[in-house]
Amino acid sequence: MNKTHLYVLALILAVAGLGLFLYKVLALNFPLAPGVESYTWNVEAKITFTANDEPAKVSLFIPRTSRRYAITNEAFVSRGYGLLTASEDDNRQATWSIRRAQGPQTLYYRAEVVRVSGREPVSPIPPPRPEEPGFEGAELAAAQELVTQIQRRSADNETMAAELLKRLNQPHPADNVALLLGRQNSEAAKLSLAVRVLALAGAPARVVHGIVLKEQKEKLPLVHWLEVYTQKYWQPVDPVTGGPNLPGNYLAWWRGPLSMARVTGGADLRVSMSSSRELEAAISTAVVRGQIKKPLLLRFSLLSLPIHSQQVYRILLMVPLGGFLLVILRNIIGISTFGTFMPVLMALAFRETQLLWGIVFFSSLVVLGLVIRFYLDRLKLLLVPRLAAVLIVVVILMALMSMVTNHLGLERGLSVALFPMVILTMTIERMSIVWEERGPYEAIKQGLGSLLAAALAYLVMHQRTVQHLFFVFPELLLVLLAATLLLGRYSGYRLLELLRFKVLLKEEP
Amino acid sequence: MFRLAKRLAELGIMGINRRNAEYTLALNPRRSYPLVDDKLRTKELAVPAGIPVPDLYGVVKSEYQVRHLPLWLKDHEDFVIKPARGSGGEGILVIAGRVQANFRTAGGLVMTPEELNHHVFNVLGGLYSLGGQTDAALVEYRVRFDPVFHHICYQGVPDIRIIVFWGVPVMAMLRLPTQASGGKANLHQGAVGAGIDLATGATLKGVSRQGIVSEHPDTGNRIPGLVIPQWEALLTMAARAYELTGLGYLGVDLVLDQDLGPLLLELNARPGLAIQIANAAGLLHRTTLVEQHRGALASVPDRLAFARRHFGVKP
Repeated sequence: MNKTHLYVLALILAVAGLGLFLYKVLALNFPLAPGVESYTWNVEAKITFTANDEPAKVSLFIPRTSRRYAITNEAFVSRGYGLLTASEDDNRQATWSIRRAQGPQTLYYRAEVVRVSGREPVSPIPPPRPEEPGFEGAELAAAQELVTQIQRRSADNETMAAELLKRLNQPHPADNVALLLGRQNSEAAKLSLAVRVLALAGAPARVVHGIVLKEQKEKLPLVHWLEVYTQKYWQPVDPVTGGPNLPGNYLAWWRGPLSMARVTGGADLRVSMSSSRELEAAISTAVVRGQIKKPLLLRFSLLSLPIHSQQVYRILLMVPLGGFLLVILRNIIGISTFGTFMPVLMALAFRETQLLWGIVFFSSLVVLGLVIRFYLDRLKLLLVPRLAAVLIVVVILMALMSMVTNHLGLERGLSVALFPMVILTMTIERMSIVWEERGPYEAIKQGLGSLLAAALAYLVMHQRTVQHLFFVFPELLLVLLAATLLLGRYSGYRLLELLRFKVLLKEEP
Repeated sequence: MFRLAKRLAELGIMGINRRNAEYTLALNPRRSYPLVDDKLRTKELAVPAGIPVPDLYGVVKSEYQVRHLPLWLKDHEDFVIKPARGSGGEGILVIAGRVQANFRTAGGLVMTPEELNHHVFNVLGGLYSLGGQTDAALVEYRVRFDPVFHHICYQGVPDIRIIVFWGVPVMAMLRLPTQASGGKANLHQGAVGAGIDLATGATLKGVSRQGIVSEHPDTGNRIPGLVIPQWEALLTMAARAYELTGLGYLGVDLVLDQDLGPLLLELNARPGLAIQIANAAGLLHRTTLVEQHRGALASVPDRLAFARRHFGVKP
């Protein structure tokens, strides 16, 4: 009765729906159109070793979700092995163990990682204690000399690290550096030396090991990096240039001096890394981003459901839209249909058959059903048994239709089985009554109206963009509800009514 | 298109959406619907109030009661079987006489008792009722309509539909069965509706599915200008139906019997809108006028006088 009440309610619903929608689009970058793709990487570490016919244990460092990459999925492939994962300090470690193993063994770790934007502020971490440098004798003297040199030429930990790396990387290093390096000249050796020297200077530092993500099937090289604690957080330092930037696709795997994998009860341990790019709808990437930024908002998202349920909801969320379309068709345009929502259910069934075949099957089922219904009328059956009889006939017709079309090699015919048979039965019954009571003209008119409404509903409900919008932004249902409520108070003329009352205007002089 | 809508609005034409939103939904309390949707209850309401209705011979409420039919019908040559909760005049079977053991319908068909029973079963099963609920079948007096309508009527019984708003008759039409309507008086089935001058009870031009007509399509006789007898009594019955049901917006279906005079056939909480075409006038101007003077329209004579003063055809 009170229109203001209705308007306020509709406004609240619309604002709530649109607000959430805009927030998800603008702030969380949810894609408006389907199929905007972004990169997800699959990384794999393959571990092989030869077991000694005794209890075997393999430990492997595994990556963790960082500010740069989120791990969306991981899997451990290891037949017969017990698995334990544990986090300590900044590392995660997986440990496989088995009571008895013999011969060559292969274990896999697989993860799906997604790049996330790490723009949000980082909470400061407490300064860690530098590790014990462990220099002795001549080494200690050389290291102390080096520290004095780099401290003199730097302002903070970061520049000190850069200064140190510059010295370590010189083609002809100074005497003290050469002494410390000895005969080892690998990058890993240089970095672990850098960590020790920096520790002596009182600057916490650590080595980061990781990979640069690219399309590579096997033997992806490990890339080592240095991290220095500056002021509040760990600052990466390029081990060659001393610059502060990481390569774009750098995925940190583990930190510290230990090697990536260790084995007891086996030998010949090898780890091979590979990574591949996966084109995935931007949507799941956006979800992952959202989970890292705002875990609460997305915890109740449809996207957190299992894939199978997601598929169901993709379709279910279209039903309200079909209902809304029928409100327009019936109350604004004035088309009459058999049963209020029968066309929506037909439109759902058309999903399987496609539009053209759907219309063909629907029409032929209704026509055949009507013929049989008129015959049943002569038998003077009671209402419910007659309805049941028509239902049985409809199912038989559906089965026959599937068999015939299958025989003809038309695969589409099989999907007729998904037609809502009870709805079909009621349609046939009502159509036959309208036929008798109001004549064939009215019956066919309503039949065609239903078919038109079903076809329109199908076309709207099966737009990929529309499906995507309602699935990703279910809050749009609130907007739809608001619009439906407003239409519920529409008291203007229906479009077809204008034609009906047109005769009155001709009477006007 | 918008111009068309605007011109119709100027004429005060009521559309379905407006009727539903602002009249039937707003003014007719849902709990009163059964009073008008169930013809049996309408009868039970009308009789104590002194409003004449066709005589009830019997009610079949469940299948086993069908065997009572011969007993009830023993003394009646003709009768009508109708669903208690039928809509749009559907499911009404008019038996005009008998042929030996069989029945003859108003349309001239012969029905065996089995066929008659089957019809009753269909009614009970809810074939003709709103929403398909199980229903009861009324067996009642067959109206012999007043001979004044004979020349503009094809089979069936002509009836008078009066729209009553807050107890004031605002528009009326005479519904004439045709061959196309199969003897039924419903416009959507093909009957002709003729507007009625509320002041005098004289018929105006008619409307059928084909458009506006001046002659009855089957008999060829002229429709406008027929003065309906006992118009005052018919209007009074319509106006009193408001007190009977409490429905603010109501369609009253009356019939004029040659022996019994005006009888109340049924009431309708969602009367159709074609009456506007038959009268070449919109309902909205009239309902607005009634709304404005509602305070002064308490008694039935007041309401009738108001209707006859304002809703007659201006000379």
